[in-house]
Amino acid sequence: MIEAQALTKRYGEKLAVDDLTFTVKPGVVTGFLGPNGAGKSTTIRMIMGLDAPTSGSVLVNGRRYAEHTAPLREVGALLEARAVHTGRSAYHHLLALAVSNGIPRRRVDEVIDLVGLEAVARKRVGGFSLGMGQRLGIAAAMLGDPATLVLDEPVNGLDPQGILWIRNLLRGLAAQGRTVFVSSHLMSEMALTAEHLIVVGRGRLIADTSVTEFIESASSSAVRVRSPQAARLRSLLAGPDVAVTSEEDSVLQVSGMTAADIGLVALREQVPLEELTPVRASLEEAFMELTDDAVEYGTERKAS
Amino acid sequence: MTTTVPAAAPMPGARVTQSRVLASEWVKFRSLRSSYIALAAALVAMIGFAVLVTTVLVNRWPHATPQEKAHFNATDSSLSGFFLAQLIIGVLGVLVISGEYGTGMIRASLSAAPRRLPVLWAKLAVFAGITFVVTVVGSFAAFFSGQAVLSSQYLQTTLAGPGVLRAVIGTALYLTVVGLLGVALGWILRHTAGAIATLFGLLLVLPALVSALPDSWSSKIDPYLPSTAGQAVTAAVPDPADLAPWTGFAVFAGYLVVAVVVAAVLLRRRDA
Repeated sequence: MIEAQALTKRYGEKLAVDDLTFTVKPGVVTGFLGPNGAGKSTTIRMIMGLDAPTSGSVLVNGRRYAEHTAPLREVGALLEARAVHTGRSAYHHLLALAVSNGIPRRRVDEVIDLVGLEAVARKRVGGFSLGMGQRLGIAAAMLGDPATLVLDEPVNGLDPQGILWIRNLLRGLAAQGRTVFVSSHLMSEMALTAEHLIVVGRGRLIADTSVTEFIESASSSAVRVRSPQAARLRSLLAGPDVAVTSEEDSVLQVSGMTAADIGLVALREQVPLEELTPVRASLEEAFMELTDDAVEYGTERKAS
Repeated sequence: MTTTVPAAAPMPGARVTQSRVLASEWVKFRSLRSSYIALAAALVAMIGFAVLVTTVLVNRWPHATPQEKAHFNATDSSLSGFFLAQLIIGVLGVLVISGEYGTGMIRASLSAAPRRLPVLWAKLAVFAGITFVVTVVGSFAAFFSGQAVLSSQYLQTTLAGPGVLRAVIGTALYLTVVGLLGVALGWILRHTAGAIATLFGLLLVLPALVSALPDSWSSKIDPYLPSTAGQAVTAAVPDPADLAPWTGFAVFAGYLVVAVVVAAVLLRRRDA
């Protein structure tokens, strides 16, 4: 469980995180979504006690991170920049972390097996591929078998197999009742991995909602209609809530009516149809639309 | 589709303690190749220079001027390698922490021990212990190999000579504090290059700048400079212009204490 209360971080003039209040609950994967520079990593560093909030607070499993006597047992983190010394082997990196929290040596081998790094565990991390580095980061996060996981952009730089692996792992961890908080700037990835979303733009909370609701509320839907009598159909469809655009002579983009309603009108008026396709704005477009607003909002506020 | 995560082994008694953070820092130190390379290089510098300097002395001795003979000191000539060794130990001290800031490892370290100060104490303690053990071995080895070379002209001294044992151990102490200053500056500046430049600016450049001042000023300031004060303990025959050996070392250690306090305050207050 992660509880942020009016969390704010200011760097000089810049407000990186602006009055964020949210709760990340156990049992589901919660996506932390926002464009680059939206304040995701800053928020995660504040959760982990690495950066101090300018105001507000964030609690993990009921306490400030630094107040936990065995923090790695409570929270596992994969931090944005690979937080690993490149000259050290994966095994010794994990061992050093385990030793500091009194986690038995045996657990180091367990997490190495869990992420599939057995073959390279004794090699220096500097030679690791991006994917191996992410696996090592997950291993470090899992060391203390924590109830809460915080992962900053875990799929960055992974190949499709790696992405699938992380997606399934995160779901498995959530299914065990853990709190799983995953940041990403990729809406499409979050739509596949997360059940709940916390969306930020310019450091402010934009949405705190389920993935399904977010997609429905965010994506404006339209219907593409192809007809040899497009011009006639266009006049028949005209109405106060209906907008029709046309890029080709025989094709209309209709928003404000469902495909079924358009089909009924066409049947009644005997207009032949060659195509009737609901078109949903892509998730990325929807996401950008939402966060663009946040950007504009930020600019307006500054101007006033 | 989900992946089933196997159950973890039980972990009774998991908590962060100062001694565990110390053990963790020991794992970190011994698992980096640079640690071994730097310590080996320091040993080579100390012993190699002892042999080199004393060999040159022995060969020149029959032709040496009375002045040169008056200046000669069997202990100091065998310990002169510490001038080079201090560069290596100082850089190693800086790297112990700037390497973590440079790679991002520091975030993992401070996440594992979020009260932070235990990490600072542990790094200082581990570095002090290892460096003192290695440099004291190097210092004795340099002394004995230098004396072995000098014995061909019957110029050698023994540990029982006045100030000799103090100088041999003092050399190791000086090098250890140089390294610890490097550790403290690494914590304060968090960048390898900046911390190394500052360390050697203090130790090597500052004395040169002070010597450019009028004599009446420089003679008053110079004994209190970190390097002059610290090196008083490394000379078998103290220079009357300098502070007494242990007084000088105490002043040098005082600089270290100031640097460590600054590092501790900044570590508590700054974002990682």
